[in-house]
Amino acid sequence: MDSCVITFPGSNCDRDMDVALKQFGFKNKMVWHNDIELPKSDLVVLPGGFSYGDYLRCGSVASKSKIMKSVINFAKLGGKIMGICNGFQILLETELLPGVLLRNKYLEFICKNVFVKVNNKDNPYFKNIKKDTLELHIAHNEGNYFCSKEQIKEINDNNQIALYYSDKDGKINENNNPNGSIKNIAGVFNKEKNVLGMMPHPERMIDLDLSGEDGSIFFKNLINNLK
Amino acid sequence: MKVQVIITLKKNVLDPQGKVIQQTLDGMGFNNISEVRQGKFFEIEIDEKDQKKAKEKVEDLSKKLLTNLVIEDYKIIESQ
Repeated sequence: MDSCVITFPGSNCDRDMDVALKQFGFKNKMVWHNDIELPKSDLVVLPGGFSYGDYLRCGSVASKSKIMKSVINFAKLGGKIMGICNGFQILLETELLPGVLLRNKYLEFICKNVFVKVNNKDNPYFKNIKKDTLELHIAHNEGNYFCSKEQIKEINDNNQIALYYSDKDGKINENNNPNGSIKNIAGVFNKEKNVLGMMPHPERMIDLDLSGEDGSIFFKNLINNLK
Repeated sequence: MKVQVIITLKKNVLDPQGKVIQQTLDGMGFNNISEVRQGKFFEIEIDEKDQKKAKEKVEDLSKKLLTNLVIEDYKIIESQ
C-alpha cells in the first residue's frame, strides 16, 4: 500500500505520521506543499501542526497551497484522504468536509489523552475495527467543532459523524467533551466517506510502552481495509 | 485605492474571546458593557482606479480567503 504525507510550513506531526504509516506496512513518501502532483497513493495524509503559523484562520492558508489542487482532485475521484488535527482544519477550509473548528470553549490549549467512540464503521477507515472506543491523544487550541443547524442535520442524516468524544465505556455527554464541540464531535467524513478529518492523533498511540496501542489498532485495521 | 474589510463572527457563533474581554472590562469597572464581539480588520491596497471593479475584486477575495462563511460575515468599506 502506498501512502504520502504532505508537509506544509509549520507542520510538526508529519514525521510521526511517516513513522506510524511505515510501522504498519505502508510505503510512505513525503510530499512538499509546493509540489504540484501527488505520487501514486492509496492514502494521502494531511498531518497535524501549525501550518503557516495558523495565520488568518487555522488551515486557511494551507488550503490554498499548490499541492491542494491535486489533493482536492484526488478526493473527487474517490481517493482516501485523512486529515489529523491541523490536517482536519485544512480539509474543512477546502470544503471537502463540512463545518469549521473554533477556538476551544474555555480558551485553553488542550493536551491530553481522551476516549473517542467510533460512530460509523461502514467506511474504509473503521470497517472491522475490533474496539468501539479508542484511547487517543489530542493537542489543540482550535478543536471546537461547529456547523450550522442545517449542516448538523445533513451530516447526521448521511452518517458523516466519524467519532464522538466519550468516556472509556463509550458514554457520550458534556462531561467528556474536552473543547465544546457540537454533539461531542471529534471527527467527520465527507458524504462519500473517502475523506476523514479528526482531531485525535492516532500516530501518537503506537507504542505499547509509551502510549498504549489504540493507534496501532487503527492503523493495522486501516491497511487491511485498503488492501 | 484603499479598501477596508471588517470580518465579524455571525451572531449565533460563540465568541469566547469577546466574552473574556467583556468580563475583564467589567472587572475594571466598565460595568455597563453587556457584550463584546471580537473581529478582524483588513486594509487592502489595490491597483484599480474604478471603484466598482475594486469593490468586486475585494468582495471575491473576501469570500474566497478572508472569510469562512460558515461562521463569519464580511463588510467592505471603501476609502481612497
